[in-house]
Amino acid sequence: MTFHNGQCVGIILISFLSLQFDMTITTDNLGKLRYFAGLEPVQLTGLPQLFSERTFLKGQTIISEGDYDDNLHFVISGVVKVFKTSTEGKEQIIKLVRPGASFNDIAVFSSGPCPWSAQALGSTITCLINKKDLLPVMKNNWLVALNVITALAEQSRILLTLIADLSFKNVTGRVAKILLENSSPRPDGFPRLTQYEMAAMAGTAREVVGRSLKALEEGGAIKLERHRIVIADKEYLKQLAGFD
Amino acid sequence: MSIMPIFDADKCDGCGLCVTVCRCGALAMAGNTVTVIEVANCGWCTDCELVCATGALQCPFEIVSIESVA
Repeated sequence: MTFHNGQCVGIILISFLSLQFDMTITTDNLGKLRYFAGLEPVQLTGLPQLFSERTFLKGQTIISEGDYDDNLHFVISGVVKVFKTSTEGKEQIIKLVRPGASFNDIAVFSSGPCPWSAQALGSTITCLINKKDLLPVMKNNWLVALNVITALAEQSRILLTLIADLSFKNVTGRVAKILLENSSPRPDGFPRLTQYEMAAMAGTAREVVGRSLKALEEGGAIKLERHRIVIADKEYLKQLAGFD
Repeated sequence: MSIMPIFDADKCDGCGLCVTVCRCGALAMAGNTVTVIEVANCGWCTDCELVCATGALQCPFEIVSIESVA
């Protein structure tokens, strides 16, 4: 295989950005991760050396479904999309992983292949710890073990909710829920979602999301303003989403 | 500076469909690929994203509450 100069530069750049950097892994930011919440600073001493840091470009694949990867990944900054792809290429987004939360837990703790893929939605920094380094930490600290159990239980709840949403809610209700769960308190908030991404989250086609957004606008729940969706009637949107 | 659709040249197959559906002249062919021109009247119709078979064009929305833009 031969590469042109531009391709070589691109490959080198991507490889360079995916290499390990250990500049921001400190006990301070480890304490903000879901698994290590509630630990005293002294209990975090020595942990940063077990982690390595990675930087990903927007759209870069972090894990591919079916890979064997026994590293547990945490998002430091940015957002990671976790998704499954059908044989026809249709994408179902399982969840968006935000700073502090982890992904690849299932592959790490079940010792099987990764059941889904992970991709950086924007510029993203992650840190990861290998299973062989994580297990002794869990064994020596019950709070870490409890945090892991809690995180896995929360993930089960997310998956059960997704099953219920796909089975019982109509598409407009699912879109309403996506808008509520991904709205930002400030105009420059993150992430920004395309209609394709909303469709993949709602388990439907992009065209159906477009129609749902129009219906929500006509009903006064939202306003479509060029590249912005403004939630105009939060209570009505909650009602459509089936929130109590 | 106006926010414009996001274009990924690596994914573009040069089919030109997006240029044909663009209502505001924000997209033009430049050789075998597309170039995005900053225009004031892009209404974010997202038709370019819709017709792009390779995902080279993206029109993402930020989702905000009405209080934050009031």
